[in-house]
Amino acid sequence: MSKRIGMEVAIAVAEAVALCRVDTIAAYPITPNTHVAEHLAEIVAEGRIHAEYITVESEHSAMSAVMGASATGARAFTATSSQGLMYMAEVLPIASAMRLPVVMVIANRAISGPLNIWNDHSDVMYQRDCGWISLFAENGQEMIDMTIQAFKIAEHQEVLLPVNVNMDGFQLTHMVEALELPDQGEVDAFLPPYKPYATLHPDRPVTMGALGVPEIFMEVMKAKDVALREAKKVILAVWEEWYGRFGRRYEPITSYRADDAEILLLTLGSVGETAEVAVDELRKQGKSVGLLKLKLWRPFPFAELRQAVSGARVLAVMDRAVSFGGPGGPVAAEVRSALYHELKRPLVLNYIIGLGGRDVTVEDFINLAERAALALSRGIEEPFEFYGVRGA
Amino acid sequence: MTQKKWPERWQEVNIGCIVFHPASAKEYHTGSWRALLPVWDNTKCIKCGVCYIFCPEGCISADENGYYSADLDYCKGCGICAHECWPKAIKMVGEGEDHV
Amino acid sequence: MLTVQNFDLYAPKLVDKEEYFSYGHRACQGCGEALAIRLLCKALGRDTVIVNATGCMEVVSSLYPTTAWKLPWIHVAFPNAASVASGVEAGLKILRQKGKIADRRVKVVAIGGDGGTLDIGFQALSGAMERGHDLLYVCLDNEAYMNTGIQRSSATPFGASTTTAPAGKESIGNKTWKKNAPEIMVAHRVPYVATACHSYPLDFMNKVKKARKIEGPAYIHCLSVCPTGWRVGSEACIKMGRLAVETGIFPLYEVENGKYILSPEMPEKLRPVEDYIKLQGRFRHLRPDQMNIIQERVNKDYAALLNKVKYSLPWS
Repeated sequence: MSKRIGMEVAIAVAEAVALCRVDTIAAYPITPNTHVAEHLAEIVAEGRIHAEYITVESEHSAMSAVMGASATGARAFTATSSQGLMYMAEVLPIASAMRLPVVMVIANRAISGPLNIWNDHSDVMYQRDCGWISLFAENGQEMIDMTIQAFKIAEHQEVLLPVNVNMDGFQLTHMVEALELPDQGEVDAFLPPYKPYATLHPDRPVTMGALGVPEIFMEVMKAKDVALREAKKVILAVWEEWYGRFGRRYEPITSYRADDAEILLLTLGSVGETAEVAVDELRKQGKSVGLLKLKLWRPFPFAELRQAVSGARVLAVMDRAVSFGGPGGPVAAEVRSALYHELKRPLVLNYIIGLGGRDVTVEDFINLAERAALALSRGIEEPFEFYGVRGA
Repeated sequence: MTQKKWPERWQEVNIGCIVFHPASAKEYHTGSWRALLPVWDNTKCIKCGVCYIFCPEGCISADENGYYSADLDYCKGCGICAHECWPKAIKMVGEGEDHV
Repeated sequence: MLTVQNFDLYAPKLVDKEEYFSYGHRACQGCGEALAIRLLCKALGRDTVIVNATGCMEVVSSLYPTTAWKLPWIHVAFPNAASVASGVEAGLKILRQKGKIADRRVKVVAIGGDGGTLDIGFQALSGAMERGHDLLYVCLDNEAYMNTGIQRSSATPFGASTTTAPAGKESIGNKTWKKNAPEIMVAHRVPYVATACHSYPLDFMNKVKKARKIEGPAYIHCLSVCPTGWRVGSEACIKMGRLAVETGIFPLYEVENGKYILSPEMPEKLRPVEDYIKLQGRFRHLRPDQMNIIQERVNKDYAALLNKVKYSLPWS
């Protein structure tokens, strides 16, 4: 029976990975996810799990090593952030193309230029098209749960895709929260040993990573897209099982007081908890405000989104990344695209918030909700707005 | 030359483009590339195996008497065997030329 | 002397007949690198996993949906043969310890060209060798980025003309000397480092067999002649490799635990470098005085190597 204890989230994530009986870990330190890699190294050094820990010399090598290990049939894990994720960017789409079920924890941190070690989503958003399953956790408990779920989802015979689980750097990684780690028996019952589709072994030689000529390439890409879309069925089933075993429910989009809301806010990651407090405040004032928290980013939950916003008049999408010179934030761009053909859809606003670790407070959310309400009557001129920038 | 067989539909593509048939490259007959082909003079051949070891295709093999010849489905006509043959028992002749 | 020569002549008959690298691959006519792979695999045997960097050999051998490989094989990207191989080695090790795969040794061998090993793949190579994985790394060196069309690499010899360092009125071609990969590996304290060439197939295969036995990192640098890139006839690849060795431009040696050993194939007296250089189109612009610069450098480097052969002591 698991008990709730105060733990730093990054440490708890490492513990969760250890509970999954991972075989190979290859990680390179980068603030703010370093504690995940360090604590896993401690766990291996103490002999608490029997695993190979490769102290790779870069993130590119970390992902490469983890792919190599996964190809032999070993359960493999890595963790990174920001520039590290950018450095391994070359191999990310190859991992999904080769259908290697590796799990990666990303401690979301701003991409450089200028150097910034604090939290935003620009790193994972930069890798939107890499073909990985992508989950966003809101708090430490979700991180533990999603990390364990990630292995099961990735290794499912009908999925066989790599999964990344996102937690906000510092805002989550370095927070001490009251967390419940499942015990080993519970995890073993939930997560069976990895049964690989094909392995590198002379007993059955295969060729992995072949060259794909134009005559075949479009078919291969279509197959990859379908695989990622179909994975949603498995994700929902795994979440259903998790609820049955642990009593904690997960959905692609979690609604908070959104059913009858006229004004909806949409967030990803830990900032959602702050928004919840703002929603409560606004409801007390009699405002019809609700919150949507997106947990499943890839495959994108089209049906759930359309369903969740169907009754609202305005949807304010909060983005913690921006596509320079483009339509604004990636989440808003995708939301607008998802709703484009709907006969009835809300006015979609886009606010870029919290870049590079800039704090977003309850007051900010109240402010944003009020501006969303105003936009209903006034309309909008620009597709998006950088919120809270001095000099406006 | 045999035709490459493409999986026709996207549903038929192997997961991860994994190839499960070792040495299936044999389906492609590289012999169609050559302009010259090697001809062995067995009166000179000393059956040393040097031609066999130096062939980049690995298409030279010995018959039951120990005399070597190239598998013409795959021989690209590079001429290494003829060049390296110690007793000069191999001659490169033009494709289509009379070489009996 | 004569008996040994005759033995060498007939030794190809003693070699394993199994072809792990099948014909049907799309390498150029007379490709030295394809020959090197064929010999390498013969020496390695069945219980091997190959990790291949992007390059000529990867591209010609793995056109989906066919493969020329009979061994388990993986290709991921260009710079990461050594790091993927580190992961494969770790994976196989842990799975064998946990009883999830057969309890016998499967050797992991990483293959890369000179580009994928010494330039873009250098970091991964250094990391893998430094960490001490049970991994054999074989660099198939054709002295340029051949697969993308003969561009200059750090292994391109001085004075060679390549597309990114072409010979011209203002240029001798490649202005720098070949990066000494085996020395770099020796500096990493790799227990077994060797140079080899496909023109000496038995020497190459023996070195591979020796490296396979090492329970730790090993590195073999195999000169692979590229008739297309070096501008020689397709039948010349064996001859070119031989001349590279006989002129001392590419000496054959091993470094076992720090002790330098000259390979028996090295001649007593070196031939002049001109014998090798004048036969290749990539060097045809070189004047005699430029060839002299190369001759002097080869003399110096070879003397230094002989010195190491004479005086080096094993590390332990």
